[in-house]
Amino acid sequence: MKNKYDVLVIGGGPAGALAAKTAVDKGLSACIVEKRPAIGAPVRCAEGIGKEALQEFIDPNPRWISAEMTGAGIVAPDGFLMKLESNLAGNKVGYILDRKIFDRELVWRAAEAGADVAVKTRASSPIIENGYVIGAKVESCGNVMNVTADVVIAADGVESKFSRWCGIDTTVPVREIMSSVQYVLTDIDIDPHSTVFFLGNDVAPEGYLWIFPKGERSANVGIGISGKKSGEGHRAKDYLDRFVKKTFPQGKLIEHIAGGVSVCRPLDCTVGDGLIITGDAARVVDPLTGGGIYNSMYTGRLAAEVAVESIGSGEVSKKALMVYDRTWRASKMGKAIERNYHIKEYLIRLPDTKLNEIIHSVSKINLKEFTTMSLIKEIICINPKLMIELGALAASIR
Amino acid sequence: MLKVHRDICGYCGCCVSVCPEGALELIDAYLCIEKSCTSCGICAKVCPLGALEVVNEK
Repeated sequence: MKNKYDVLVIGGGPAGALAAKTAVDKGLSACIVEKRPAIGAPVRCAEGIGKEALQEFIDPNPRWISAEMTGAGIVAPDGFLMKLESNLAGNKVGYILDRKIFDRELVWRAAEAGADVAVKTRASSPIIENGYVIGAKVESCGNVMNVTADVVIAADGVESKFSRWCGIDTTVPVREIMSSVQYVLTDIDIDPHSTVFFLGNDVAPEGYLWIFPKGERSANVGIGISGKKSGEGHRAKDYLDRFVKKTFPQGKLIEHIAGGVSVCRPLDCTVGDGLIITGDAARVVDPLTGGGIYNSMYTGRLAAEVAVESIGSGEVSKKALMVYDRTWRASKMGKAIERNYHIKEYLIRLPDTKLNEIIHSVSKINLKEFTTMSLIKEIICINPKLMIELGALAASIR
Repeated sequence: MLKVHRDICGYCGCCVSVCPEGALELIDAYLCIEKSCTSCGICAKVCPLGALEVVNEK
């Protein structure tokens, strides 16, 4: 690691990897600092991503794809299963990744393109000069050094501290953190090509429980519940254990992970003087699904593109970097976050009886496109009175 | 004061994201509590595993 780079990236997940690769591809120097000793581990992710979303960034490779999905199921609070199928039978709609390998692939690509990478290396404070973030103090195995950069990209995940140290409030409201636990279970009976989502106040209050297949007889089985609903004796782990005991009593647990997923609105502003915030650190997770891989890669790449432009023009002020903030908010991703935030706020207030009613009424949908939005549209089409209940939001869905 | 049950902690960082004081930091697999902690208990509430506990000072 050197003392100076054009771009310093804090965090080696998908956002950081895309940021670093994009910066070096465009001729700048960049370094990723990752506090953990290994890229990609621990996983802390259900690992699902849509087919098209993935292909916008990288061609699928069996080395880091655990399973291909052709459908999905939603289980209503009363236990009724609604199956969702693509219009084209047998058509792949998404993947369950192997994030341990996938994240490494992304970082390798950044490294091959010329980025420096340092693991077990932590940014412990920003270096600020005249109000500008001009680098970070980094600690690695007892050594401390100052690394300066024209632009620092914070890609430090849900437990992000870097932007907070730079004076930006990143606190997630208690009711908008999904308190999550996931097991990798093996030797279980599942449909290996369909994800399943379980809804209901008794199953996963203000969240959902998922089965995401990882192979013929293995799956990520996890849960996220609202932080508001979490407490002693009724934590995410309590709900998940109850489900697993009932559903997969013979399953063997080969991985046990916990996590937090923000389902709040993104940060009010995702740039500062010399600073760009990306991915989970910017709180750009989809508030309805909790998905964040695509959003991280998108914001990571965009952050570097804007950094390159700004460095080139010799102006890295907050005002100059605001292009990043405005661009992602106006993008398809930004609009989806805003819309899905409203849908999430509506759905979490529905009683189980209402959820049952909705799910029964749309028992089998053939989706033209396999997206959350096309599902919501179908549901509204069959339950037109939802339009009235959704109020102003309805217009944006039509 | 806030106590971390390190045998239970999954070092996931869920608590870090909700701390209103920014008093928690996850350093790889080790959760650090800084002096600015007010023992408000928000982190203990949201912890998916139940690894955090506010205990009375003795």
